[in-house]
Amino acid sequence: MKDETIICRCEDVTWGEIRQALEKGYTTLDEIKRITRAGMGRCQGKTCRRIILREIAKFCHKDIEEVAMSTFRPPTKPVKLGTLAGDDDD
Amino acid sequence: MIKRADIVIIGGGVQGCSIAYNLAKKGAKNIVILEKNTCASGSSGRCGAGIRQQFGTKMNCMLARESMKTFETLSEELDYDIELNRAGYLILAYTEKEINQFKKNVLLEQSLDIDAKMVTPEEAKEIVSCLNLEGIIGGTFCSTDGNVNPLYTTFAYAEAAQRLGAKYYPFTEVTEIKTEDGRILSVITNKGEILTSIVVDAAGGYSGPVGKMAGVDIPVYSQRHQILVTEPIEPLWKPMLMSFSENYYFQQLPDGGILGGFGDPEHEIKGDNINSTWQFSRTMAKKMVKLVPILNEVHMVRQWAGLYNMSPDSQPILGEHPKLKGFYMSLGFSGHGFMLAPTTGKLIAELILDGKTSIPIDKLDIGRFKRGELIIEPSVV
Ligand SMILES: Cc1cc2nc3c(=O)[nH]c(=O)nc-3n(C[C@H](O)[C@H](O)[C@H](O)COP(=O)(O)OP(=O)(O)OC[C@H]3O[C@@H](n4cnc5c(N)ncnc54)[C@H](O)[C@@H]3O)c2cc1C
Repeated sequence: MKDETIICRCEDVTWGEIRQALEKGYTTLDEIKRITRAGMGRCQGKTCRRIILREIAKFCHKDIEEVAMSTFRPPTKPVKLGTLAGDDDD
Repeated sequence: MIKRADIVIIGGGVQGCSIAYNLAKKGAKNIVILEKNTCASGSSGRCGAGIRQQFGTKMNCMLARESMKTFETLSEELDYDIELNRAGYLILAYTEKEINQFKKNVLLEQSLDIDAKMVTPEEAKEIVSCLNLEGIIGGTFCSTDGNVNPLYTTFAYAEAAQRLGAKYYPFTEVTEIKTEDGRILSVITNKGEILTSIVVDAAGGYSGPVGKMAGVDIPVYSQRHQILVTEPIEPLWKPMLMSFSENYYFQQLPDGGILGGFGDPEHEIKGDNINSTWQFSRTMAKKMVKLVPILNEVHMVRQWAGLYNMSPDSQPILGEHPKLKGFYMSLGFSGHGFMLAPTTGKLIAELILDGKTSIPIDKLDIGRFKRGELIIEPSVV
């Protein structure tokens, strides 16, 4: 992969940035998310998470199943504040 | 893992990392940070990272003012862009009682060279034009307040500390602290034992349990606080909007997203639960849409939660424990511990290495609760 390749489109994070984080020793999805912002944008990592997971596995010579997932944060889809504010039934 | 250390810091959040950096900068050697998870996985990576100098006690004003001075040049000092955004804090008042408190706060702040002032509702609207002034009778504004990126700041301290020789061990949980005759012998972790005579409890929401491991009682408890962020939108306003009586804080960040939360001491659960709730996002959305109606159409993209580590007077507990030599505490920050980290980290380092501090913090000792000398902070969310 080229350094310029965009991995996270929402936050405009390139492979170069992720590679650097890996080389600094940050080899969990959570750390890479916190350092690069990959997966923190509008789509919440729907596409980039898999790619990063795969690259961590490659970098650490592990199976992809052995790499810990990052936390999925609610909501799964963006919700309008207006909709939330008008929602009253508990 | 290392077998022996001069100083063991428990907790790799912003407090632990700032303490490690400041110790190393003063020349201390053989410093170890133990983190049960990863860097910034605790409250430091979950907070709003707002930095305000507008408080109701001299102690908080001074600590925050000194921190802001450090934040101004911290990106250069640590060689890491921490994204300082000096957007100010606009604190809104809804009751006469609040106005009276704010007048006192502003006098205090001005006496300490903090650039805060009272504002009328109209002046508030000049600062933030999209405000709905309903119920607002005034407020205060400090243009030199701001915020930083909390993740970058914590990583910046951690990396700078390591460049100066400190060691950071992630996934290393302290499970036991061995003591004898009021002195520390060692800490036991899931990765082995480290002999040391100095331990710093910077375990944030877990600082009470860490105290217990060392056999000391620390009068703190933890409570969940929630927060949400929206999609980025075009620039609407800059300062943090905050109210103590209506209970909210939110701000548009430089990337366009709006981030904020509120405190709910009556309903939020105590302990270490950090699950998010829908009740929170609904109530928060109501507060946001009421104050800034244009946000009605904006989407929330993420919500999460973290822990406040509360002390009986909402002020941190700093210093050595009187019953256990070498056991230093930097905890109980009660929801404003991110912004104070540059200063408290420096002061704790001074205390450990020199036995005295450049700003007096003896009033923040743990003994104040027994003496009945609480320093109650009136202005917190
Ligand atoms: C929603 C929210 C919003 C906030 N907003 C602001 C704000 O705008 N401004 C502000 O100044 N403050 C704010 N705060 C408060 C701020 O986050 C905290 O005061 C600050 O981050 C405390 O830093 P810390 O390093 O003490 O704690 P933490 O960052 O929690 O670090 C403690 C670390 O210790 C580790 N640990 C615990 N037990 C052990 C163990 N046994 N062994 C090894 N490691 C252990 C934890 O994993 C954790 O990483 C907010 C907090 C929350 C939750």
